[in-house]
Amino acid sequence: MQKLKKYAATKAGRDAIISFGIVIIAFIVMQALLAADMVSSLLEGLLVPICAYVVMAVSLNLTVGILGELSLGHAGFMSVGAFSGIVAATCLSGTGAPEPVQLAVSIVIGGICAAIAGVIIGVPVLRLKGDYLAIVTLAFGEIIKNIVNVLYVGLDSSGLHFSLLEQRFELAEDGEMIINGAMGVSGVSRLSTFVSGFVLVLITLLLILNLINSRAGRAVMAVRDNKIAADSIGISTTRYKLMAFVISAAFAGMAGTLYGLNYTTTTANKFDFNTSILILVFVVLGGLGNIWGSVIAATLLTVLPEMLREVGDFRMLIYAILLIAMMLFNNSPLKQRILEKRGMKQMEKLEKAEQSGKEGA
Amino acid sequence: MSFLNHLINGISLGSIYAIIALGYTMVYGIAKMLNFAHGDVIMVGGYMCFCATTYLGWPAPAGILLAVVVCTVLGVVIERLAYKPLRMAPALAVLITAIGVSYFLQNAALLIWGSSTKSFTSVVGGSPIPLFGGQLTIAPVTIVTVVTCIIIMVVLTLFTNKSKAGTAMRAVSEDKGAAQLMGINVNTTISLTFAIGSGLAAIAGVLLCSAYPTLMPTTGSMPGIKAFTAAVFGGIGSIPGAFIGGILLGVIEIFAGAYISTQLQNAIVFAVLIIVLLVKPDGLLGKRVSEKV
Repeated sequence: MQKLKKYAATKAGRDAIISFGIVIIAFIVMQALLAADMVSSLLEGLLVPICAYVVMAVSLNLTVGILGELSLGHAGFMSVGAFSGIVAATCLSGTGAPEPVQLAVSIVIGGICAAIAGVIIGVPVLRLKGDYLAIVTLAFGEIIKNIVNVLYVGLDSSGLHFSLLEQRFELAEDGEMIINGAMGVSGVSRLSTFVSGFVLVLITLLLILNLINSRAGRAVMAVRDNKIAADSIGISTTRYKLMAFVISAAFAGMAGTLYGLNYTTTTANKFDFNTSILILVFVVLGGLGNIWGSVIAATLLTVLPEMLREVGDFRMLIYAILLIAMMLFNNSPLKQRILEKRGMKQMEKLEKAEQSGKEGA
Repeated sequence: MSFLNHLINGISLGSIYAIIALGYTMVYGIAKMLNFAHGDVIMVGGYMCFCATTYLGWPAPAGILLAVVVCTVLGVVIERLAYKPLRMAPALAVLITAIGVSYFLQNAALLIWGSSTKSFTSVVGGSPIPLFGGQLTIAPVTIVTVVTCIIIMVVLTLFTNKSKAGTAMRAVSEDKGAAQLMGINVNTTISLTFAIGSGLAAIAGVLLCSAYPTLMPTTGSMPGIKAFTAAVFGGIGSIPGAFIGGILLGVIEIFAGAYISTQLQNAIVFAVLIIVLLVKPDGLLGKRVSEKV
């Protein structure tokens, strides 16, 4: 108990406790509501996407908040993860392994494929800075979308077949097409469940929070705060930048697999520029570098448009206005004043406590 | 001959990208922000001209004028309401606000005009002009687009280099604080930049819809992203850079579609951008700024 108290006193400890607390409480509440059958089918359908978006937001926060590089192509990694995960799941479906095992293996494979894409993209991209880096990640996101749109993958008894632009292979009689060019995939067995999503969120939080508070995480933040200073004290900036970027890509890939295996059909256009922006909005509204902020923002902003369904056509318009208003409020003098007032009150409380402590002694 | 035909198409498309990119690059130069709503101002311009000519029966020049006026006002209003309060805020906050404005414009257009595609009547009439005994044809709209683009580019260069307001603009983009101390009204100058950029977007919107006559609420987003790419390609903040970047991007896009694959057209455009940025990290005509410790 003493140890936990000490841990909670540090900023890292507090962040970790808040993050896990939110996720676990939300999970228990949702499970209770599900058991009591009080969840609308709409919200029930959103549970797995929320988990996927939370993982996406937390992983993008590693790139944008911790590494400090703006990425506009995070959905590209999600796409790589989704499609490679679906291919893996289709290959595994014949093995007779239990579903959770199939799902876990698919998610790992999705993560690995996205990590490989992360290395291929990260090496050239991380040489650039600022807005130039942002536009190149955007470009890679579009390239991935375009390539998946012309990708044909089939499976038969002699193994996997790939071709680009058109279907150039013949499948044996028992074979089936997995990715069918612009038509995407269809007939996927829906392996993802809320529990598996919850487990993935927990694993992501555990690994990313630990990474941030490790030596490597501090090195990454040093690179963010001042690259030249970090360089001069012997931190290999390229290595740490690439590390953070690839880990971020890997988690995006895992989230992609979870997301892809939640629907029977998926097309590459689901993971376009708008999706990347959506995830970026989660990260910025949750607070850069603030992991539990990303968790809350991803959850709320996924549910919000659905809640606004009652207002029909005005739904996205209100969403846009809320988005602008939140950004304006976040940076307005009004908020500064409120924060200052709160800070003053806390100071007064501390002083009082100190004084009474002295008197007591 | 088909090579020449593709080249002309490419230059025509590139000219549209160049006009949008000029607006992008000016706004970036002065406000140091990626204005993602720029593409949607193009769409508003297209709709305005469409309404004026189709619903109200106005002649084309009046329609274009209406589009330019509405978009100019819209640009200034957006700047005042959404971007001005964030001038001291971190760059990402401004970026997200710009995305919010972009969503807002798209969804407002969706509510006003519906999701169905409107077919736009070209503002430049006339039949295609045959060349070389009919082996090659040029649509009049192509000529108008290219000429407009060149005029805009020349006028903008003269404006920023010679006029007083243009000098103020360059001063503000270099150092806001110092410009203010020199008696330049920074707010007016930024508003003026947004006004010019949005006015250009309106012209680009009308030309875009004349060349590719489909109009929907998302018409502007892809050309917006492409033009942004073009601006970066040529070196963001540089006016000749945006022009060259736009033309090159258009030509590459049409050639990639004609000779390699229409499905991979965009992928090839972006791949070329990546290669250029890897060789010249500040774009073709960008200035290299060395980092101080």
